[in-house]
Amino acid sequence: MGYTENELAKDLENQEYKFGFVTNIESDKAPKGLNEGIIRFISAKKEEPEWLLDFRLKAFALWKEMTEPEWAHVHYEKPDFQDITYYSAPKQTKKYESWDDVDPEMKETMAKLGISMEEQQRLTGVAVDFVMDSVSVATSFKSKLAELGIVFCSFSEAVKEHPELVRKYMGTVVPMTDNFYAALNSAVFTDGSFCYIPSGVRCPMELSTYFRINEGGTGQFERTLVVADQGAYVSYLEGCTAPQRDENQLHAAVVELIALDDAEIKYSTVQNWYPGDKEGKGGIYNFVTKRGLCERNAKISWTQVETGSAVTWKYPSCVLKGDNSIGEFYSVAVTNNYQQADTGTKMIHLGKNTKSTIISKGISAGKSQNSYRGLVQIHKNADNARNFSQCDSLLMTDECGAHTFPYIECKNSSAKIEHEATTSKIGEDQIFYCLQRGISEEKAISLIVNGYCKEVLNQLPMEFAVEAQKLLAISLEGSVG
Amino acid sequence: MITIKNLHASIDGKEILKGLNLEVPAGQVHAIMGPNGAGKSTLASVLAGREDYEVTDGTVDFDGVDLLELSTEDRAREGMFLAFQYPVEIPGVSNVNFLRTALNEIREYKGQEAISAKDFMAMVREKSAIVELDAKLASRAVNEGFSGGEKKRNEIFQMAMLEPKLAILDETDSGLDIDALRIVANGVNKLRSEKNATIVITHYQRLLDYIVPDVVHVLYNGRIVKSGPKELALELEEKGYDWIKAEQEAK
Repeated sequence: MGYTENELAKDLENQEYKFGFVTNIESDKAPKGLNEGIIRFISAKKEEPEWLLDFRLKAFALWKEMTEPEWAHVHYEKPDFQDITYYSAPKQTKKYESWDDVDPEMKETMAKLGISMEEQQRLTGVAVDFVMDSVSVATSFKSKLAELGIVFCSFSEAVKEHPELVRKYMGTVVPMTDNFYAALNSAVFTDGSFCYIPSGVRCPMELSTYFRINEGGTGQFERTLVVADQGAYVSYLEGCTAPQRDENQLHAAVVELIALDDAEIKYSTVQNWYPGDKEGKGGIYNFVTKRGLCERNAKISWTQVETGSAVTWKYPSCVLKGDNSIGEFYSVAVTNNYQQADTGTKMIHLGKNTKSTIISKGISAGKSQNSYRGLVQIHKNADNARNFSQCDSLLMTDECGAHTFPYIECKNSSAKIEHEATTSKIGEDQIFYCLQRGISEEKAISLIVNGYCKEVLNQLPMEFAVEAQKLLAISLEGSVG
Repeated sequence: MITIKNLHASIDGKEILKGLNLEVPAGQVHAIMGPNGAGKSTLASVLAGREDYEVTDGTVDFDGVDLLELSTEDRAREGMFLAFQYPVEIPGVSNVNFLRTALNEIREYKGQEAISAKDFMAMVREKSAIVELDAKLASRAVNEGFSGGEKKRNEIFQMAMLEPKLAILDETDSGLDIDALRIVANGVNKLRSEKNATIVITHYQRLLDYIVPDVVHVLYNGRIVKSGPKELALELEEKGYDWIKAEQEAK
């Protein structure tokens, strides 16, 4: 591959969080706080139909009765939900008709993020949806995809253009009652991405969404809904960044994937929300619910590279409902300084001959805490279910922690479940070996870490894999102790 | 090639090297022998720049540069190569990727351009033949799942790829059966030239049957106490180290 040795060296010079800029775009904000009025305000702003407002209000009523979960192995000051702005949209008079209409400042923001859409369109053939704060700003390649019957647009647009699809599938995999943050999201979500691949269609390009929190004091609550109809295939990428701010900002997203009979969805995330500074000040609270539903012979594959956020609470899961369906989870989670991550997956085996694979690689540096939490559940009708889990932890310093919480619930005696786990410390011997061959310490760490994560990185689409490698190196710069 | 004068080094406050002198000219192979705990591996580690050791006195001139002033990686880039007694495994990192990274770092240090993928692969084929290393091993992860013999052969393969000025073989013969020993020794011999030098650290005379040294040194109690032609190794094999110890104590 076009390996990035030189590029990597260049990037390492600029090792601080490089997406910490703020874009000066006027925004249209709701007042701080959360009440029924705010929800009605959001819904009205987005010109939503009655049923969706009802959905939100119902979720809000439920949320008010719920308490924030405390079982995760993370410690943080709970957000003050009345001190958050729930709607902030880049001010715009009309929806952009074409790329040329997009605000130049916004284009610059995207260019800084490395997603100049003109470039993307010309070179890579990746269709991108860009969500800044609460609103989807631009979606590329829409017309080309439309020829195949593929719908790829912002969530709000989908509500207007394809209400029957949204109404049919929204909340079916992650119900509003699922958990505290999912309920909150269901009440106040502002935008996100929607994707529908019709029966038998193989999406010819990677679909990609970039999420960006720009405004201070705002929360980002997006929803993503991906539906692959019978026999369809799609590979979906998600990238996230946010400015450097001293305050903690809340990101509570919901992602639902639905793979109907014989369909396949690959969902890849490179999460690089601002992690806070070296003293642990600021950073994003990333409380995300991601789940996919597999019907007969369907397959859902989650791949995530998590390097950002002050606190991460995230368990991309698969409900293997249909017979012969397959769920996969490949994860690299890096924590440095005072970051905390509690992440993993749930594989729920309902159908017969269902298979799941979990490969989790945790890397802890600085004073960070990194936990894998996973559940493999085999229901009583899931004959011949199989699971293989591998959870590895790599420690970079003496002050960090790695924890593994694997849960297995099995109600069918024909199941086969395997679990492997290792914990290792990055070896001074390994580094010395590299140095003795003339390799610098930074490159040595990057080599060793990338080698350790290889099984996961190999699952990512090419461009993403290169980006992920660089991110890993940057996140861990100078962290061996 | 290398001139070591009055080298003192300690680890955790304990002095291991106590005024070591050694000179190895270009084009020569010197063997260092000695009883356990004499400081043989310490010498290799200190020269390579392992941070656990503290150099308290002495100088090391490496082909005109002050070796002790250089970082570990710069010593390697200047042409110092250590064949490890216990080669380290780096899971998931292919041998070729590892070596290409190393080679390009060395080339960059010397102001040379990075090697093209094509030239690199040609070089891998050529050099792996020197130690009869299966080309498949070149694409496997560094030393992962290698047998003891394969690890040692891989060290010599790396040495062939990086073309050092000075190679230090730290007990490369340990754990090798006779066939592997022959292959490793042949590899080292093929790499000998007028422009490079080799230091062979070993316990056993056996290796020196295959890699014939110009000079044999005896390291005892942190110093080179005796030097002689290759026959000295035979004498040591026969008589052991007690007579050396007695000689030293008499002084």
